[in-house]
Amino acid sequence: MNIYICVGSSCHLKGSYNIIALMKESLAKYQLTDKVNVSAAFCLGRCTDGVTIKVDDEIVTGVSPENFDQVFAQHVLSKLQ
Amino acid sequence: MNGRIFDTRVQWLKYKVLKEVTKHAYTDTLQDAYRDVPMTIVPDGTKATMRCCIYKERAVLGERVHSAMGGDKQNPNVIQVLNIACDECPVSGYTVGPDCRGCIAHRCEEVCPRGAITIENHSAHIDHSKCVGCGKCASVCPYSAISKHTRPCENACKVGAIKMNEISKKAQINNDKCISCGSCVYMCPFGAIVDSSFITDVVRMLRESQNSKHYKVYAVVAPSISTQFGYAKLGQVVSGLKALGFYNVVEAALGADMVSLSESRELAQRGFLTSSCCPAFVDYIKKNFPALTDKISSNLSPMGAVGKFIKSTDPKSKVVFIGPCTAKKMEFQLPEVRPFIDSVLTFEELYAMFEACEIDLTSLEEDVLDNASYYGRIFARSGGLSDAVAQALKEQEITDFEPKPVVCNGIEECRLALLKASKNLLPGNFIEGMACVNGCIGGAGCLSHGPKDKNEVDEYGRLALEKTIENAAAITLGVSPEKGV
Repeated sequence: MNIYICVGSSCHLKGSYNIIALMKESLAKYQLTDKVNVSAAFCLGRCTDGVTIKVDDEIVTGVSPENFDQVFAQHVLSKLQ
Repeated sequence: MNGRIFDTRVQWLKYKVLKEVTKHAYTDTLQDAYRDVPMTIVPDGTKATMRCCIYKERAVLGERVHSAMGGDKQNPNVIQVLNIACDECPVSGYTVGPDCRGCIAHRCEEVCPRGAITIENHSAHIDHSKCVGCGKCASVCPYSAISKHTRPCENACKVGAIKMNEISKKAQINNDKCISCGSCVYMCPFGAIVDSSFITDVVRMLRESQNSKHYKVYAVVAPSISTQFGYAKLGQVVSGLKALGFYNVVEAALGADMVSLSESRELAQRGFLTSSCCPAFVDYIKKNFPALTDKISSNLSPMGAVGKFIKSTDPKSKVVFIGPCTAKKMEFQLPEVRPFIDSVLTFEELYAMFEACEIDLTSLEEDVLDNASYYGRIFARSGGLSDAVAQALKEQEITDFEPKPVVCNGIEECRLALLKASKNLLPGNFIEGMACVNGCIGGAGCLSHGPKDKNEVDEYGRLALEKTIENAAAITLGVSPEKGV
């Protein structure tokens, strides 16, 4: 699985850095680091919708530390189990 | 006419040509540019204001069109003399001025080792066939009546790369010495030395991307942009870049963050290093102190590092660096940088593109630009790199090494430090070399230079979201700023 986290200026200002840290943490926690490739992307074209990530071909917007666990469970974990 | 945009009218003239050539590039009429652009700028009926007649003015403009379209491709240097534009400034050397009072002491005559000075009609006279230019007479004259007259280009060139051609009397650049810093370009009062442009390449790149459909073109902007385009907000410049067709705008300062982490580790490991950020400084070491070449940091410059990161996220992308630097136009052609950077523009050239496309920055919404830390951003000014390396050591908890940076502001200070280093006499272990005085904010490709530039860079630095280098560089997910893919 490929996950792209937008690090363009808009997303960066809304907290891409925190999302990257949470993503790394969660992947380690579930021992998924070998199965998931995390990359950065400059702009996924959804600048006004909060931090945007792309899980394979699916765009997920408005990712925040508050909803991260839910996003991770729904878009990452569910597809790998 | 010139307004507050440029420092000089030479820049303004160069800009007018770049703007017209850019328009031709957009309308696929570059083949007509040689004839049309000079006629547009100096139309029939105007009086000559720059040269002896409008026909010579147009001939010079034709040469400027050639530079705007890439210049002489046979010449590997991007800094090139436009022979017809060179006014063959008189080279009189040491001259006695009107302040000479024809005194009785005759210190000048006495001190001259070549007997070149005589006193005639109550005034000193220098025989230039005997004078060797040692300057002793000027230093002893109590009235400071003797001064040295050198060509502005030769005076600007602190690496001794410009000499007058004895036969043609035109300025001539020695490519074995030139470091492409552009200081002669900025200083020649006739605009006879120019930095060849890649502007038509960039226009083609943007047009063929078809609004990011075929591939994406990224603009990497140098942090010195915070001192430029003062008539608009930085966020409006970002919007302007996107209006030109760039897919995204990324700070070169992020590359600086990547570099300072890696370079500080390398410094602690190797014990002595010179910076590799300034391409003119790196070129200067290679050409003048080849024995110190292996002391140059093995990292790419911030430009190369951020280009490498962008290409790692989007391998099909094109990356254009936009900055204050003419030497970057040489750096991006180096085999170790070419894979990461596709072209280079100066701020002068970017302004010409905005104007050619009739983009009024002041009318645009403000976009955002934030990819780097305070420390990455202050690379734009002298001393910033050393501050960043010290901070990076601290953040990485490397405590068994004490950095002793030698900040070299301008190529003359670089020369002194390198000279000492080559003899193991340098009281320091890290040379921060910047060829331009004040650092990148003093670059020849800036629209303007001002006393507040340093404060503006620092202020821009403080606005960065990330306060530490490690946090800022974390978004690169471990892409190494070292050379090699």
